[in-house]
Amino acid sequence: MPALRDLRRRVKSVKSTQKICKAMKAVATAKMSRAQAAVTAARPYARQMQEVLGRVSSVAGNVKHPLLAVREPKKACYVVVTSDRGLCGGFNSQILRKALNEIGDRSDVSVVPVGRKARQFFRFRGWDADTDFVGLSENVKLEEARQIAQYVIKNYSEEQYDVVYLLYNKFVNVLVQEPTKIQLLPVEPPEAGEGEGKEGKKTAGMKTQYIFEPSAEDVLSDLLPRYVEMLVFYALLESKASEHSARMTAMDSASKNAGEMIDKLTLQINRLRQEGITKELLDIVGGAAALE
Amino acid sequence: MAEKLQKLSVVTPQKVIYADEVRFVKVRGTAGELGILPEHAPLITSLDIGVAHIQKDNQWKKVAVHGGFMEVGGNRTIILANTAELADDIDVARAQRAKERAEERLASKSADIDLVRAEAALKRALARLEAADAK
Repeated sequence: MPALRDLRRRVKSVKSTQKICKAMKAVATAKMSRAQAAVTAARPYARQMQEVLGRVSSVAGNVKHPLLAVREPKKACYVVVTSDRGLCGGFNSQILRKALNEIGDRSDVSVVPVGRKARQFFRFRGWDADTDFVGLSENVKLEEARQIAQYVIKNYSEEQYDVVYLLYNKFVNVLVQEPTKIQLLPVEPPEAGEGEGKEGKKTAGMKTQYIFEPSAEDVLSDLLPRYVEMLVFYALLESKASEHSARMTAMDSASKNAGEMIDKLTLQINRLRQEGITKELLDIVGGAAALE
Repeated sequence: MAEKLQKLSVVTPQKVIYADEVRFVKVRGTAGELGILPEHAPLITSLDIGVAHIQKDNQWKKVAVHGGFMEVGGNRTIILANTAELADDIDVARAQRAKERAEERLASKSADIDLVRAEAALKRALARLEAADAK
């Protein structure tokens, strides 16, 4: 039976842990709503971009572009997006597990970790990442996405990579984050009008001859890198939103668990204390009886 | 008969900057300036850094557009800008400073500057200033 004093000390420590969890939850909640708003705000651009690219590539179908060129996928590259910090439930481990499944035991694979957790993970397993991107700002900037995009585009055009995948946690809702894999390069042009949403449907049947300024090739070579950037940017935003919601749920259950633990410990303390009192009383009564 | 209008939206990765029915829009494409009236033929173009002029109810609005694309079709014009700012949102003092900085860098002609970047910065600053002027 642990001593009363030890129990009291434990209750104190659990209580302060609970306080931290509650505070973290509150912060994550606030950040999540902001991150979610950013995802929503970026959605129109992403959708329009998809539509434009779909239309350009359906019209300019026979235009060759290095970023569209499908090579035999010998050297694959995985860009894995995690968070910089932990304490967010299964957020990081689920995406890293997916990455590990994807990669398997192939050795001709490069990884580009985004976020400290991914960097640690791959370093620990002895994968030497060619580069990494850590310390992304809280409000993901387009500039940061651009750096990542330009890095993979450069290596792709130099044939360092034959195919580039992006792994990230897709934000489904507050409780569910889905590890998702998309192909960044070679660009898979979306079908014209595929962009979810009403605008897409309206224009889906319309296959008109577009005028290109200056030319379809020029527009395409401008558009493709932008498209990759947009995909990365959008993934980063979703990952951020997922991270915060994962942390929020994790911290919520952590503070609930702490509460339960406190209740249990308090019960134990009370029982011990009463036991002590009973014992003392018995002693006194016993002593008095002996005197008579 | 009411004036013919077209739908215009200016979208950036961060947010939708502008969405309205307008009469006329003029932008700077990479192949030169072009104006779009309602019912324009379908067109896709890439945009240069410059100012987009939007006309609605005889009022002109200016938007600094820092590169991107424009798609016209079905009486709908979409400007997909890398970044864009409405004239009212532009910080003139900051743009002015950026312009001076870029000019300085270009004038210094030292080897360690990124000429392309400096030029782009100057162009952006000029576009901002031009757009902000007609507030």
